[in-house]
Amino acid sequence: MAIEDDVVVVGGGLAGMVAALAAARQGAGVRVLSHADSTLQSASGLVDVLGYPAAAGDRNAVASGRGSEAVGERPAENGVGDGTTENGVGDGTTENGVGDETTENGVGGGTACGPVADPFDAIPDLPERHPYRTVGVETVREALALFDEATGNLYRGGHTDRNALVPTHGGTVKPTARYPATVAEGLASDDRPTLLVGFETVTDFDAPLAADHLRAAGVPFEVRGATVRFPGEFRADAARTRLADALDANERVERVRDGGGRGAGGSYSTTLPARRALAAAVEPHLDGAERVGFPALLGQHETEAVLADLEAELGAAVFEVPTGSPSVPGMRLAGALRRACREAGVRFTTGNPVVNYETTGNGEQDGEIAAVRVDRNGATVPFHAAEFVLATGGLVGKGVDSDRESVREPIFDCHVPHPEDRYDWFADGAFGDHPFARFGVAVDDDLRPLDSAGDATFPNLRAAGAVLGGYDFAAEKSGSGVSLATGLAAGRAAAREVFQ
Amino acid sequence: MSETEDVNDPGDVREEETVESDEFEPVQVFGDSESMDLRPGSDDCYKCSTCDTNCPVAEVDDEFPGPKFQGPEQWRLKRKDDREVDDSITSCSNCMRCDSACPSDVPLSQMHNTARGEFVSEQMEKLSREYVRNRILANYGTLARLGSKVPRLTNFVMGNSLVQTLNEKLLGITSEREFPEFAEETFREWWEKRGGTAASKERAQEARAQRGGAKIERDEKRVAYFHGCYSNYNTPAVGKATVRVFERFGYEVLVPPQQCSGTPMFANGMLEDARRSAETNVRELAAAIEDGADVIASCTSCSMALRQEYPELFDFEGTASVAARTYEAAEYLRLHEDLDGALADAEVDLDPVGTEVEGEEDGDAEFAYHAPCHARNQGIAGQAVELLDHLDGASAEDVGPSCSGISGTYGWKAEKYDASMEIGAEMIEHMEEADAETGLTECPTCAMQMEHGTGYDVRHPMEVLEDALVDGESA
Repeated sequence: MAIEDDVVVVGGGLAGMVAALAAARQGAGVRVLSHADSTLQSASGLVDVLGYPAAAGDRNAVASGRGSEAVGERPAENGVGDGTTENGVGDGTTENGVGDETTENGVGGGTACGPVADPFDAIPDLPERHPYRTVGVETVREALALFDEATGNLYRGGHTDRNALVPTHGGTVKPTARYPATVAEGLASDDRPTLLVGFETVTDFDAPLAADHLRAAGVPFEVRGATVRFPGEFRADAARTRLADALDANERVERVRDGGGRGAGGSYSTTLPARRALAAAVEPHLDGAERVGFPALLGQHETEAVLADLEAELGAAVFEVPTGSPSVPGMRLAGALRRACREAGVRFTTGNPVVNYETTGNGEQDGEIAAVRVDRNGATVPFHAAEFVLATGGLVGKGVDSDRESVREPIFDCHVPHPEDRYDWFADGAFGDHPFARFGVAVDDDLRPLDSAGDATFPNLRAAGAVLGGYDFAAEKSGSGVSLATGLAAGRAAAREVFQ
Repeated sequence: MSETEDVNDPGDVREEETVESDEFEPVQVFGDSESMDLRPGSDDCYKCSTCDTNCPVAEVDDEFPGPKFQGPEQWRLKRKDDREVDDSITSCSNCMRCDSACPSDVPLSQMHNTARGEFVSEQMEKLSREYVRNRILANYGTLARLGSKVPRLTNFVMGNSLVQTLNEKLLGITSEREFPEFAEETFREWWEKRGGTAASKERAQEARAQRGGAKIERDEKRVAYFHGCYSNYNTPAVGKATVRVFERFGYEVLVPPQQCSGTPMFANGMLEDARRSAETNVRELAAAIEDGADVIASCTSCSMALRQEYPELFDFEGTASVAARTYEAAEYLRLHEDLDGALADAEVDLDPVGTEVEGEEDGDAEFAYHAPCHARNQGIAGQAVELLDHLDGASAEDVGPSCSGISGTYGWKAEKYDASMEIGAEMIEHMEEADAETGLTECPTCAMQMEHGTGYDVRHPMEVLEDALVDGESA
């Protein structure tokens, strides 16, 4: 006998959790198998749908790999254009400036073009193989509705179809469909003067540099950056969750007089609750700013209270700037989705990789997938189900693997279309229109992976998220939306088959 | 490539490489990971710091640099000849949560175990109180073997508050905790008295005949039980339950000679002690595997040692096959028998103290389940709750993914006691919030912490399975 569920989802990221949630909401018994803790912990927490139009370079599937020297910068480097005022979200003022012409441009691809104002408008213009085209724009909307409901008041952006523009920790502006409530006051479409505050020890957010970048990108507000010392005696390499914990608990910390220098006797005056001490360290830099952005570590659990206290102390709006890993907004998102999944009855089995599968076939035919096998230090543990969803991620998440010879999907050996010559896998410029960015499994209309002949490999296997090919999430800023939409579609289809 | 391009372009480096260097073969410069070279693991770390944010010690101990430093960063620093292992390695509790936090498969706990072993053997003062204390704690099994010869006397002495104070003053073993009581009859004594393997074979045959009916079951079903120190000396009821549940499913149980799994030795950097124990265990268990048995353990830290730490640290003949053939007890039954079905057909009438909810008829016995950290890495953290879902009369509520904080011997050290309780605070709070007033866990030291923090009785899932599935056996 064995462990048996209706649906097994392989992968615990955004696509996997949404697939599991969607299937469980339909009444299926669902298990998520995940190699390690959710990689959402490393995600910024921004949920994009489509930030930039797809590059045209992939229209013919195989780019030459050369001839794209003209490629300038990545759209992300490009910020929000040339000084025109942005908005995108907000309060009913007229939109403008933000690339509302979503037409593709340029052969050779990758040429920067303006951000997409309304992703739903732009989806029908995407290449036919794009996952959004496979599942359809209605599914994208339904997936966002499920996301909004599952994350509750943790997220904003659902009031409009249009992209919001969120300043990132690099000082770029990211068009995104949903954003954590904690970043709401920081939107680039807002013209209030802004102070960005970085901490000496949180090195991936250099506030003055980010402010320079934002200015260069032409944001419609005055922005300055200041670096302060996080109050208290924390290690120079303290995890940022440790700082978040200090704010959560409002631990008493030693207040540092700004400019007093470190270690110099007498630079400490008194102890204060962490939130007040932080506000006190920032206050001298305020200088008329009406809003203050911090790296996203304003509490793991008591974020709302931390923000409210800081706002009261500073007399200015406070927001978080999403950072790289380890990402506190990513952890909050992972936690919210996991709770929603658990409430829907989803079971999680985490800690070991799925390595291969068993079929019902008799050797002549492949038949259906009967089970996937997890490797526990050499012991093989099968997990049986009627339907399976592959949501293992792309080249970064190891759902797609490559060596010098070929590109593969390692669990089911699904076909991953790619040029034979590996010099055709990439473009020459670092920010070129790389074919490898679109590598992934090809699927039919029901998200079932196709073999090299174009037939569905297994009737009861569907793929979702970054393991899919045909889109460049980094260039388009479409990673989260594709994971949500294909996750929803795959999960729902799996449940439909279970009950058929 | 495109045919329109000039293939003779002298500036085309690519042509040079692909055409003229046909003979080029990439050279593997770093050796393979089999040879315990930690370089590939170190190179796999891309410094995302997810391990640091998941480390329960770093969360409460601001002096502790966290697993990323202890592992890959320290390994790199050590390439310089004059670098010693940083003494903060002794603050790692070996909970191994960094292993499952890492998105890049860096063998963090292997690096920590290696560094700690080096620190203890080369840098630690062997006459220091800390070394002596750690050696004693690490060799709990030896201590227990002596103590359990005269269990009543030992219990009396160890429970004496003067002795506890002396332990703290002289050895640095906290006096805050009650020393676990020794059973008056060890599991192995019970096992021998009951007739050992021969009796087990008979019972298994009976069970097969009874349940097989007309259908003949595969008659050679055999498991070798690694009971570990704790269910032998302290909680033999867990060992007995395990034996009875397996016999009920028709398994002949072997109880091979065995020593401590090594878990407390790894955690204290006593790698030579661990090596000696592991050598015996691998030899004995490999022999049982030769005889057709798979290995089962009821303690998740024991199964963790056999499955992961042995192959990561030692290279005895049979290490890999022991690792691949070892399972946690309930995990094994779930994979090889219809355990879910058997539980669905069963019910229990447990009456743990205080679980009667007034006005509620037929209320299930509720358990507050804590998943041990070492169960997480084996992929069985959710198992007990799932199993009890099938069973009428009992249910378990998961009290969340936090660490209990005791981490074996860690919480017994006087200087670590406060950190241990701070780490455990979340679990204890969630236990108190849960409806249950009885705890449930697979790990004996987590159980100590649960009991210490809440005053609840704590059971082992195998005991619940025994109640559900096994008709009474006298003695």
